[in-house]
Amino acid sequence: MVYITRKIEFSASHLYNNPALSPEENRRIFGKCNNPHGHGHNYVLEVTVAGEPDPRTGMVLDLKELKRVLQDEIMERMDHRFLNYEVPELAGKIPTCENIASTIWKLLEHKIASGHLHRVRLYETPDLFVDCYGEKNGSAR
Amino acid sequence: MTEQAQKNMDLRLTRRYPFSASHRLHSTELSEEENQRAYGKCNNPYGHGHNYIVEVAVSGAIDPATGMIANLADLDGFVAQQVLEPFDRTYLNEEVAEFRETVPTTENLCVEIFRRLRAFPHAKLERVLVEETGLNKFEYTGESQGS
Repeated sequence: MVYITRKIEFSASHLYNNPALSPEENRRIFGKCNNPHGHGHNYVLEVTVAGEPDPRTGMVLDLKELKRVLQDEIMERMDHRFLNYEVPELAGKIPTCENIASTIWKLLEHKIASGHLHRVRLYETPDLFVDCYGEKNGSAR
Repeated sequence: MTEQAQKNMDLRLTRRYPFSASHRLHSTELSEEENQRAYGKCNNPYGHGHNYIVEVAVSGAIDPATGMIANLADLDGFVAQQVLEPFDRTYLNEEVAEFRETVPTTENLCVEIFRRLRAFPHAKLERVLVEETGLNKFEYTGESQGS
């Protein structure tokens, strides 16, 4: 098995607020991430696909194709957007790094033409990232 | 995606923390010559320092109320209390009790940090990685899972 990783960057804003909680509880749990107008990050997304190289091409998958999928599914949806309000897949969810990474997994899972999606790693800052490996008991780590 | 599906995702949250400390590699079980041979300049008598980076990875289900595996404030507080406050700006050999007996190689540092963090109450500790410099790093995933 060979693992191939492609990286993209997108910039977006978000805020953390659970409408089921009081303003005081939201403030206590989420701190400044609860500021009402949101704030932004330069997210870095690493997408890893696992597979065997095709003996005819020597490639696990065509990187041009992966680049196109990431452009269509992620950049078009999330780049320079306010994630809470402009990304339907995140509607009703708190756009934490955990929830965004899970959502990205779901968006990409069935779009990988050869090999299979192994890992989605989303950096919110250089010091904080989340790895998503899909559903538990699904694809092996 | 339903809330249930989101809860079943296999997720790991990783956070990086810097601290600075000095150490000396010297084993009481080796002779002076053997220490010199094994550790080279890391055996110099007064020690030397590094800017360490600790990477802490935890796993768990997303709490639907917060969208988080663990609140970062809780994780940051626990790591600060267990590791950063006792280790930062210290001479590990003298100021951290465990390293009076054990050589503070970064391997041993990794295992000790894992031991200190495994009781984190809000998520499961999966991995501790320590960068001693930008060029070498060590990681430990606990005894049961191997490494």
